[in-house]
Amino acid sequence: MEPSIQDETDELWVDADAGPVVRPYAMTRGRTQPTSGNFDLITIVVSVRAVSPVDVGLGPEHEAIVQLCRQPFSVAELSAHLNLPVGTVRVLLGDLLSRVLIVAHNPDPGMEPPGDDLFEAVINGIRQL
Amino acid sequence: MAFGNFDAVPKATKLLVAGGFGVGKTTLVGTISEIKPLRTEETLTEASIGIDNLDGLAKKTTTTVAMDFGRITISSNLVLYLFGTPGQDRFLFVWDELSTGAMGAVVLADTRRLDDSFPSIDYFEQRGMPFVVGVNCFDGARRYQPDEVRIALDLDPDVPVILCDARDRESVKSLLIALLRHAQHVAQQQRIPAGPAQLPA
Repeated sequence: MEPSIQDETDELWVDADAGPVVRPYAMTRGRTQPTSGNFDLITIVVSVRAVSPVDVGLGPEHEAIVQLCRQPFSVAELSAHLNLPVGTVRVLLGDLLSRVLIVAHNPDPGMEPPGDDLFEAVINGIRQL
Repeated sequence: MAFGNFDAVPKATKLLVAGGFGVGKTTLVGTISEIKPLRTEETLTEASIGIDNLDGLAKKTTTTVAMDFGRITISSNLVLYLFGTPGQDRFLFVWDELSTGAMGAVVLADTRRLDDSFPSIDYFEQRGMPFVVGVNCFDGARRYQPDEVRIALDLDPDVPVILCDARDRESVKSLLIALLRHAQHVAQQQRIPAGPAQLPA
């Protein structure tokens, strides 16, 4: 049988270099700001529970975050591992936070300089590498 | 790991690695990081000027800023992130976000292109962010003394200038420790006027 035109178009595979097939803003349904939470690049996120069937309206990216965050991950790491822009990850995290699927630990806001105990801890840690 | 174990959530802090394009920022991060440097992207939409200008919608442009970063687990309850700053001047607002809460910054310099470090130095000076200058000693480049670099960069006398090799782990460790000692000193100086009755820790 001769290959049909349909078969030929099926061969037009798109690889990862072409970028995501779904645009990031489609995952967030057009939202650019999270509905809850304030996520710094080094805010540490941990999952509270698994996504269940009652959690309607969540996409595969939401589930991927919950799965990854069974161990603590920073927002920057989530963005890198999911290959999504930070802004998109923030919106998804806001959805998860408002459903209490995750907890987020924000870093010190940096309003005042760090204390000696933090400097000593980091210096000692680097020395021991 | 089971869900619901929040005892293990570490506190996070960060250092920045700045400097011109190709000066070795990501190399430095990779030398000391426990993970292969990761890349995160910030997508920025620059809306055109003017409120309620519908013509402007068509002129919105999106720009992607990439940042490479690494991680060092200091202890079970403390993680240090090292962020390479995107080099372009027009991404300074990303620098603002990165700088917030950072303990300090390394400005990596290449003696063949010292001019490239000026924007980083200006930025951290204006922001009051403690920094050290790490002179990355590239093979084949003429070696300069730290004081020659200090004069060329017009640095304040208290800013440490350190010769380093971004590929060498011990060298990077020394550089980061020098940064942290300097930043600690700056922090202590800042605290003195605030609390005359403070007791020593």
